[in-house]
Amino acid sequence: MPDDLKNGRIVIVGASLAGLRAAEALREEGFTGSLTVVGDEPYAPYDRPPLSKQVLLGQATADTTELPMRRDPEAEWRLGVGATGVDLLARRVLLEDGESLPYDRLLIATGTRARPWPHPEEATLDGVFTLRTREDGKGLAERLAAGPERVLVIGGGFTGSEIASACRELELQVTVAERGPAPLVGALGGTLSKLAAVMQRNHGVDLRTGVTVTALNGNGAFTGAQLSDGSRVEADVCVVALGAVRNVEWLADSGLAAGPRGIACDAGCRAFTMYGIVTDDVFVAGDVSRFPHPLFGYQMLSLEHWGNAVEQAEVAAHNMINPGPLQRPHLSIPVFWSTQFGLNIKSVGVPTYSDHVVIAQGSLEARRLAMVYGYKGRVTAAVTVDMAKSLDYYRHLIETAAPFPPPPGAADRAIAADVPIPSDVPDPSVLSHGPTVALTGHLPDRRLSVV
Amino acid sequence: MASETLLARITDYASRPNPYPLYAELREAGPVVQQVDGTYLIGTYHEIAALLHDPRMSVDPRTGGVEVQQLPFLRLDDPEHHRLRTLAMWPFGPPHSPRRVDGMRDEIDQITKELLASFEAGEQVDLVDDFAYPLPVAVICRLLGVPREDEPLFRAWSDALVAAADVRPGADTTETDKAGDQARVEMGGYLLNLAEQRRGKPSDDMLSAFVNEPDAALRLTQQELAETAVLLLIAGHETTVNLITNGVLTLLRRPEQLDHLRREPELLPRAVEELLRYEPPVHMRERIPRADLDIAGTPVPRGASVILALASGNRDPKRFHDPDRFDPTRADNQHLGFGSGIHICFGGPLARLEAQAALGALLPRLGTARLVEDPPPYRQNAMLRGPRHLPIRL
Repeated sequence: MPDDLKNGRIVIVGASLAGLRAAEALREEGFTGSLTVVGDEPYAPYDRPPLSKQVLLGQATADTTELPMRRDPEAEWRLGVGATGVDLLARRVLLEDGESLPYDRLLIATGTRARPWPHPEEATLDGVFTLRTREDGKGLAERLAAGPERVLVIGGGFTGSEIASACRELELQVTVAERGPAPLVGALGGTLSKLAAVMQRNHGVDLRTGVTVTALNGNGAFTGAQLSDGSRVEADVCVVALGAVRNVEWLADSGLAAGPRGIACDAGCRAFTMYGIVTDDVFVAGDVSRFPHPLFGYQMLSLEHWGNAVEQAEVAAHNMINPGPLQRPHLSIPVFWSTQFGLNIKSVGVPTYSDHVVIAQGSLEARRLAMVYGYKGRVTAAVTVDMAKSLDYYRHLIETAAPFPPPPGAADRAIAADVPIPSDVPDPSVLSHGPTVALTGHLPDRRLSVV
Repeated sequence: MASETLLARITDYASRPNPYPLYAELREAGPVVQQVDGTYLIGTYHEIAALLHDPRMSVDPRTGGVEVQQLPFLRLDDPEHHRLRTLAMWPFGPPHSPRRVDGMRDEIDQITKELLASFEAGEQVDLVDDFAYPLPVAVICRLLGVPREDEPLFRAWSDALVAAADVRPGADTTETDKAGDQARVEMGGYLLNLAEQRRGKPSDDMLSAFVNEPDAALRLTQQELAETAVLLLIAGHETTVNLITNGVLTLLRRPEQLDHLRREPELLPRAVEELLRYEPPVHMRERIPRADLDIAGTPVPRGASVILALASGNRDPKRFHDPDRFDPTRADNQHLGFGSGIHICFGGPLARLEAQAALGALLPRLGTARLVEDPPPYRQNAMLRGPRHLPIRL
């Protein structure tokens, strides 16, 4: 009864990028029923990437990153109210204010939050921040604008590196402490992480690798930190950039397959129950989801990517209001970008799903290159540094499972384009920063030897 | 007729008013259609888009064995292309001059107003000679720092260069090539001379910025400066004229769309995008494989000439819904009007601004305007396709 699907009650839990885009897409595709969007932050949907870039640099304020609406989703917005549970049998979402919302179909898009510093008391020291929300961005931007003596960034992932880059642009002294061998190593592997380390040091970052922060010091206000190598960093601002935690706790008793790596769903965004049975009225999209992808061995992917949130939300919305044979799979290739230390880094595919890499175009010396990642003889990912316009070509190679290394003939071909070297992606458990892409398949702790 | 003569038929002057049925034939016969002269012709959107992003596709004529001395970045591959394009972009666009183009808005409006001031209701004008040509010429002159009164001088050079760059299968190109080479040398010398006059006396134009660049690493050599300046001056006015003229022609042919735009001028930016799809100023570009390739199942050898019919890709029903309909409200419109990939139109943002300003200023006057001749007489050029004249009665 396709007509019925265009009507009824839809509840979306999560009022950020995925939630908003799904709401818009539902209306765009002709949903005429009632639509309620629940969000625990008291704000209309806003964009997060600028929080670690323009906002810290003072080029924009944290309250100006509201997401533009492509159309009025004609939704009832329940903002500032968290969801505390879902009753799958009664089809109701429970809210923290005691109310419950009945639904015919539910979309879960609760995303992630910043992983907090593990010692709660140290985490509350004045001057200790995480960066995920608008308030985080506002607070940190104000503190940086006040001109601290030194900023300590814990974690050399993308967020940590972007914060360090912003600090240097503001001419602030900054120390980055990373437990792994180099920044970005978890996302990009060995070779590019070495470039990232060189760029950080060239830009005046005090980069400490192979160390962990053992304690944050201060009496009320943060004054510095102890490192595992016995040294101490004197600083007055600390940013904890240890990756993200998926917002799934509220689903603990729901019977859905929700865990630390996200909520498992099928390629059509339909959630699984804890028994591995697919639901047909509960859908998942965005950072909180984990979904199988045929190009990556059908492993379950967890992505923290802006583009994935948009595309998955649109697929989920489509499937929520269309009958089975008209439903679509979410098969898009993961893409993300980062700007730091004057470099534009873009990635397509899943770089961690690799055993070897080649520099296909450009060179490390020129700071402009395309690195191609291969797994068992086929192309699975590419990362460009200041060469973003080449990305579509490599995306096409990934989509068509092209042989690795890529064929000869490219302009600006690197001398070593035929010399694959190990991709050198470390086990994520040895890093400070959490991965922004994770393969969470059958053997998630041995990601490179599966399939 | 056989598909291996398609390029000859498309470039035949008789096809200029309406090459679109031939493009449909090309897509039908495609995606890759080899021509009698050995050229490979491609007219389907997805194949064109993929090849425009393919680093194995060269724009450098030397890849095809043609001997040339000096080339502008339009005909160079990376990394040389990237270096020169970046240096040329320095005084023109982001990241170093992000406000340059937008900052010309008032000036473009002013020039537009001056040109339209002499238009009287009931009068017959040639939209090309009286408006669509002088506007971009004035803008690019201002931007580069070239005296507008020298227009007759560089128009002759530009004509010769554009003719030499056209696609003419089977024609003897010795004379046009020679004339093109001579024009390039003369025009380069002329522009270098203008740049020299600004050395040490910087003014607010691009020639001045090029010649007064203090950082040696960011400075163009004399030869590079000449090639770049020639390219920018020609590209700056040979294409926008078609965009504006095609826009007026398209709207006058569709009174209901013209009415719609007159009622909702805020649709103009979208309408300009739709024009870039529906009647693009640049119809074809050439690429040369740097290695033996397989393109959609057809082997194409290294060094072959591959012609990408951008205007055909723009009408591909596999990409665009109802592609032969001009729809100024079209939303999903990733057209090939400016190309794509690393060689995507350098001056695109400026062309958009000029076309929006020009059509916006003309809209109030087009309500009663009529085409005097339809189809109008076209320029010879098949690659840069557009009317030579567009007589209209206001």
